[in-house]
Amino acid sequence: MKAPLSWILDHVDVPAGTTTDEITDRLTLTGLKLEAIESAGRDITGPLVIGRVLTMEPEPQKNGKTINWCTVDVGDANGTGEPQGIVCGAHNFKPGDLVATVLPGGVLPGSHGSGPVEIGARKTYGHLSAGMICSAQELGLGDDHDGIIVLPADAGEPGQDVRPVLGLDEETIEFEINPDRAYALSIRGIAREVLVSVEGASNFRDPAVRDTPAANADGHSVVVDDAEGCPVFVARRVTGFDPAAPTPDFMVQRITAAGMRPISLAVDITNYVMLETGRPIHGYDADKLTGAIVVRRARDGERLTTLDGTDRTLDAGDLVVTDDSGIIGLGGVMGGETTEMSGTTTSVLVESAHWDAVSMFRTGRRHKITSEAGKRNERGVDPTICEAAADRVVALLVEHGGGQADPGVTVVGTPPAMPVIDVPGDLAARVSGMPITEEQSIECLRAVGCDVDGSGTLSVTPPPWRPDLTDAQDFSEEVIRLVGYDRVPSVLPTPPSGRGLTRAQQLRRRVGRTLAGDGFVEVVTFPFVGAADLDALGLPADDARRDVLRLSNPLSAEAGSMTTTLLPGLLRAAGKNVGHGNTDVAIFETGTVTLPRHSGPAAILPVDRRPTDEEFAALDAALPAQPLHLAVVASGEATSGGWWGDARPVTWADAVEAVRSVSAALGLEVSVSSADRAPWHPGRCAELSVDGAVIGHAGEVHPTVCQAFGLPKRAVAAEVDLDLLLERAVHLRQAPTFSSYPVAKEDVALVVDTSVPAADVEAALREGAGELLESIRLFDVYTGDQVGEGKKSLAYALRFRALDRTLKEGEAAAARDAAVALAAERTGAVQRA
Amino acid sequence: MSGPNTDYDPVEVTPLKAEQVDAMREAALAAIADATDLDGLKQVRLDHAGDRSPIALANREIGALPPQARKDAGQRIGKARGAINQSLAARQAVLEAEHEERMLAEEGVDVSLPTTRSRRGGRHPLTLQSELIADLFVAMGYEVAEGPVVEAEWLNFDALNLGRDHPARTMQDTFWTEPAENHVVLRTQTSPVQARTMLTRKPPIYVVCPGRVFRTDEYDATHSPMFHQVEGLVVDEGITMAHLKGTLDHFASQLFGDGITTRFRPSYFPFTEPSAEVDVKCFVCRGIDPESCRTCRGEGWIEWGGCGVVNPRVLIACGVDPDVYSGFAFGMGIDRSFMFRHNLEDLRPLFEGDVRFSAAFGSEI
Ligand SMILES: [Zn+2]
Repeated sequence: MKAPLSWILDHVDVPAGTTTDEITDRLTLTGLKLEAIESAGRDITGPLVIGRVLTMEPEPQKNGKTINWCTVDVGDANGTGEPQGIVCGAHNFKPGDLVATVLPGGVLPGSHGSGPVEIGARKTYGHLSAGMICSAQELGLGDDHDGIIVLPADAGEPGQDVRPVLGLDEETIEFEINPDRAYALSIRGIAREVLVSVEGASNFRDPAVRDTPAANADGHSVVVDDAEGCPVFVARRVTGFDPAAPTPDFMVQRITAAGMRPISLAVDITNYVMLETGRPIHGYDADKLTGAIVVRRARDGERLTTLDGTDRTLDAGDLVVTDDSGIIGLGGVMGGETTEMSGTTTSVLVESAHWDAVSMFRTGRRHKITSEAGKRNERGVDPTICEAAADRVVALLVEHGGGQADPGVTVVGTPPAMPVIDVPGDLAARVSGMPITEEQSIECLRAVGCDVDGSGTLSVTPPPWRPDLTDAQDFSEEVIRLVGYDRVPSVLPTPPSGRGLTRAQQLRRRVGRTLAGDGFVEVVTFPFVGAADLDALGLPADDARRDVLRLSNPLSAEAGSMTTTLLPGLLRAAGKNVGHGNTDVAIFETGTVTLPRHSGPAAILPVDRRPTDEEFAALDAALPAQPLHLAVVASGEATSGGWWGDARPVTWADAVEAVRSVSAALGLEVSVSSADRAPWHPGRCAELSVDGAVIGHAGEVHPTVCQAFGLPKRAVAAEVDLDLLLERAVHLRQAPTFSSYPVAKEDVALVVDTSVPAADVEAALREGAGELLESIRLFDVYTGDQVGEGKKSLAYALRFRALDRTLKEGEAAAARDAAVALAAERTGAVQRA
Repeated sequence: MSGPNTDYDPVEVTPLKAEQVDAMREAALAAIADATDLDGLKQVRLDHAGDRSPIALANREIGALPPQARKDAGQRIGKARGAINQSLAARQAVLEAEHEERMLAEEGVDVSLPTTRSRRGGRHPLTLQSELIADLFVAMGYEVAEGPVVEAEWLNFDALNLGRDHPARTMQDTFWTEPAENHVVLRTQTSPVQARTMLTRKPPIYVVCPGRVFRTDEYDATHSPMFHQVEGLVVDEGITMAHLKGTLDHFASQLFGDGITTRFRPSYFPFTEPSAEVDVKCFVCRGIDPESCRTCRGEGWIEWGGCGVVNPRVLIACGVDPDVYSGFAFGMGIDRSFMFRHNLEDLRPLFEGDVRFSAAFGSEI
């Protein structure tokens, strides 16, 4: 809400000398937060004074234009008292007129984004022009550039500052208005806040308190079919109105300052009164109305073209205003086109009605209409001021539009009564932790307009402009804010002994640190995904990861769903890094993915009681599964080349190793088997398992996928379900036992078919070697002429040792032979000579 | 007839004469002293102490002496050999030390050569910021609560006193999921975690809930459809706004420095009543002469978050008896806190995945 300060101060007095900052500081501390203080003349500095045109001589120019060479009396403002010579291109003035004159050294705001313009004395058209006679546009007062501003004859003496005359020194305060302070969407409400907040403020003059004529039977006929939707409907009429009458300057200035656009006198007056009282008013062209006005709920499918030109299909929940011609307006939200006031309107029917806030909110949302009227009606307006507001509009139409007030006054309905609420007298003290007495509470509640009765438990009736005050605790806020939030003491509570981070929370940190230690950089990406991303991953049509949870209102259709895999975001981030020239990239992300369960709706449960355990469990069951995933992507060089030797490029094994490293940090061992799964290279994809459960995949990214994400070939990636890992993490590690006896080393080289996984060979060796085997390490893989086509040689270093003795001669060799024998049996391995 | 050669004339065994043995020893010692390297010394050892050295040959002659002369000769030779071996060992040690010194000198490298071979990793600053904040509260005895980001509408709104027709629902532009009748949203705040906590634990409750939240804000320098919040919830007997103020003052001083306090301004949130905006004193200018301060833009205070006393309606919906317990709640942006704590003006680098950004923060902030 933007409120011109002078308008506020029309309705409340503050002690002389109170600055704008003092007022806004206080209002901010009591709940009306200052957003900005604006003034039209803020960007104007230096001498801007009243000048009287003494002479003007038209001088035709070669370019066809005629300029005026003027002398202007600016009093003593130029330091000499001599007339100022100024060239002026406008012609809408004459000698003797008072004009706004900026002297050399003055700075004007400039126009069309030019930035500030400093005015100097300059040679032009053969004269030394010392200053400028200003147009409204040049002073930032609007778009009117047709001529210069001619001031009223009584504006003042030459040389006086012209800012007050033009309202350039008027300050407008912009407040942020929270939903519970809807009353402050009006000058009335803000002035009342000044009264209760600013030290020494007094003499509140309520713009909604007027002597209004009594209702009678002579007014426009109105029938309200839905008294709950429209408890009060007031209609007044003004005839003989001059549609050409201009809106008075003060009104234009105030409406403009408040952020609304002046349109025509009749519309401007309804807006002016809305800003002043908070009560939205609608004006109809009375001559376009036929028959009685009826307020009712719309029927599904009825249509209305609102005055913004939009043809709308209505809903049974919408409140509509009708006459014999049909629907003429969406009550409280927006009027219809057919009865709109226009440049020929001479007879105005003024509607000042109170509408049900919830209906207003729903209709506004349904039709996506945000209007100044709707904003107020849906937050709640004082229902008791409909007549006063209508009367104020009528009076202004008569005063400025030359019309006559019709004696007919229609008032249908009565404002709903405010509830009486029990408020414990000590509640504010209990809530705030401040020693607030009951007397203080009562005083504060009365200051904000409440009626208070009783003691101990107070019976409090909120004022009609505070529909938000419904619960006892709401009143405690009113008390505490007036006592002062700044006076709340600072006291630390004493929590019971906590249990620290949960195990899962600790382990997640461990995972992050492990990967960072391994050279991976953590990134955070948005979890949105689109079909094109899943296509880019090369997912088959029936891949479960294509079953995504769709958003109803995504920011972009290309990323319209919640992702089922971290890889698209991570691959894209990696591609972006490569695009930035960082070709060696290794990144990871942990985040939840969303796996729909298609399990039906999450109920909207009651709020006046705790849900049952079954209801709460059902809520969770209705949500998609959201496991925590971990993904890594790497590309380029794992180790760079240098004086120490060659670079080592990233390979599929780095992706597997990243997961192994994380698993090891959790005390887990990963087993690996080959798999074929997008987006990996079909021959270089590892399925990763822990304790028999598949936790994810790792390997080289399919070249087509690399290309799709802007990555060079041979980028690698892994994605695992981190929850599965975390829940298996070893909790208490057992202390190890190891032998101090000498080690016996045996190497074996085994030739197998290339299709045989090394992991199988190793498993067989392990099992065959028995318990004397301490460790086994694959130290060489060879393919080539010496082993023949379709074969590979795997060379293992075996270490044998017993816990309790030195191995006897031949014991290690026997164990080795047993290992080789089992490998031969299981995998067809042949020992190389 | 034959017998021990008892009348063998010792004068005829020349090498065993004292002068001769002395000469051999002196010659050996001189050669040892003259050896300049280990190879030279090796040769000296062969020449003067080896099997064919004069002194070794002389030693063999001892047997030819009459018994009474053998002892003398043996002692003489033995002493000389001892002296030679001792000298050899001493010289060996000296030459070895010299050799090692020379070798080490030759092995010197340019230690200013680059050593970086592998990439440096790092964790995301928002993760670090979240953990730091969690740790501050854990140190006070709080626990860290979590919940799903795809959340039931009832938990994100209704349970928090944001009814279906509450104007405040439009304050938070919500991502809805399909089908709409499933009533599932992307949580717009971490507050549903508070509701979950109250629904699953008995007071006293002291928790913080850091996490990702979503709003339909177009992505620009100051808005993001996804951001991070941390909320705190305390439910206990006799909890007041003063406890809220004390907690946030402590939090502010821990996160931004000693003496940094907070300021409350009245505000509105459906789940708290009374509600307050919380500002934190600018930790750069400390509110002293803020005019030229870029961090607080001349205010002396920085908008930090929202807070308040838990609305009894929320307690009721979550099964907490408001006649016995009261509580406070607060929430602030982790991203926003990070931005002004670390002087970041445009939030987009947080979500662009450029490794240069995260890596700059390493593993601790
Ligand atoms: Zn500052």
